[in-house]
Amino acid sequence: MSDITMRVWRGDSTGGDFESYTIERNEGEVVLDVVHRIQATEAPDLACRWNCKAGKCGSCAVEVNGKPRLMCMTRMDTLPEGPVTLTPMKTFPIIRDLVTDVSFNYEQAAKVPALLPPPMPVDGYRMFQQDVERSQEFRKCIECFMCQDVCHVIRDHEENKQHYAGPRFFIRHAELEMHPLDTNDRREYVREEAGLGFCNITKCCTEVCPEHIKITDNAIIPLKERVVDAHYDPVAWLGRKIRRKTKTSATEAAVQPAP
Amino acid sequence: MTSVSETKVQLGGTRGGPDVATLRQDRWWIQPVVTVSILTAFIIYSTWAAFQGKNYYVGAQVHRDLISPFYSPCIASDCVAGAKSGFALNGWTLSPALLILIFPLGFRLTCYYYRRSYYRAFWWSPPACAVADAHSSYSGETRFPLIMQNIHRYFFYAGLVFNALLTYDAFRAFNQPGLGFGVTVGTIVLTVNAGLLWAYSLSCHACRHLCGGQVKSFKAHPIRYRFWKFLTPLNAKHMNFAWASLLFVAFTDVYVRLVASGAWTDFRLF
Repeated sequence: MSDITMRVWRGDSTGGDFESYTIERNEGEVVLDVVHRIQATEAPDLACRWNCKAGKCGSCAVEVNGKPRLMCMTRMDTLPEGPVTLTPMKTFPIIRDLVTDVSFNYEQAAKVPALLPPPMPVDGYRMFQQDVERSQEFRKCIECFMCQDVCHVIRDHEENKQHYAGPRFFIRHAELEMHPLDTNDRREYVREEAGLGFCNITKCCTEVCPEHIKITDNAIIPLKERVVDAHYDPVAWLGRKIRRKTKTSATEAAVQPAP
Repeated sequence: MTSVSETKVQLGGTRGGPDVATLRQDRWWIQPVVTVSILTAFIIYSTWAAFQGKNYYVGAQVHRDLISPFYSPCIASDCVAGAKSGFALNGWTLSPALLILIFPLGFRLTCYYYRRSYYRAFWWSPPACAVADAHSSYSGETRFPLIMQNIHRYFFYAGLVFNALLTYDAFRAFNQPGLGFGVTVGTIVLTVNAGLLWAYSLSCHACRHLCGGQVKSFKAHPIRYRFWKFLTPLNAKHMNFAWASLLFVAFTDVYVRLVASGAWTDFRLF
């Protein structure tokens, strides 16, 4: 079979450049297989994360030809002819070569207010199938953080990391906000603290999700509509006043303790 | 035992990769170009059509009752005979389309799908996924004027009223003056137009939310759950309905305009 040229970003926080490796193309290989062969033959010090090789751990996310992809799920024969470019995820600081520091995401995860169920009824908590199914999609997330990487709000505007949770955590917020046993009202939190208004729904997160989660349609837009209910819709506000419906203090949602 | 040093967390640290706008090799620019072309063409045509103030109605003189969707309801005081709605704005002598189009255009302008399209195609924020944003700073929809996108549901409500009126126009077109009930190409065009507009409205994200998506527990709201279940697959096709209804509403205006001007004949099928 013919050879393939891989242009791999080599470097760390002090700088870097592309290095080209030309190796034999084998049938049925994915990008991660080729990277492993480069490590085995030409560059044993090439750094990359990987674990399951089955698209379920999310470790091997890099940018293949400029787009976030899982190396283990990207077949070489699906890529166009010519050199294949591999770069680390652009949104996060580089550690070395293809490995980035994704700590930003763990900091955001720690901020998510925990599920706060009501006191346990005598017959225990019950959750019905139709409510389970609604948020089941969000549980498929493998935390590859490619949605975070491709989101231009933080990819192109580093300063927004201070006040923007990102798509991965909007699906977490949506899952909890739609949970029938959660008494926390998260609408104020996602507007003020998580920066939902920064999202301009360009759907890139949905496009790159390896689990095909409809992040924008099923999580972000429903969250935006819930924020409209709470903040921008005078009719909804009037309805709440008439029905004397009081919500949990939304601004305190972030400090509600986990059960 | 090998010791493993802990990597220090570096928020805002140096990023890897070259400092270029994108490394994508595919033709990512095709989608923005197509979007800009279609939307610009529609804006130019609808603006031209709105200022025409004529050839928007095919009336009894040719045994038809066809009105352009851009001019329905015809509420200006000088609307042509037959096209007038029951209500007229006395003193408004400009084209009624200038008033009417505010609502459907507002609905589309604040629509979640169109927002995605024009933020990408016109504002380049970003032009495509993993292609650099064209602006140095970004505040999204957190400030005026883009915070006004949150009134989308009110345009949705207004859109329902216009859908009902255009559906009424389509039904009325089947009763042809002097001939009675009949089906012409024009009646089919008006009916398809109304159907596509209903599909676009019902597949709207705000509609899905208001009908059932906003509830905390589906079990506690079984009827709203059924609505939500019905609307969810429609919502998945929202993009298709958005383009189809946009193009067809323009075609409907073109059709009525050409028949009204005598350039085309509205063929009667039966």
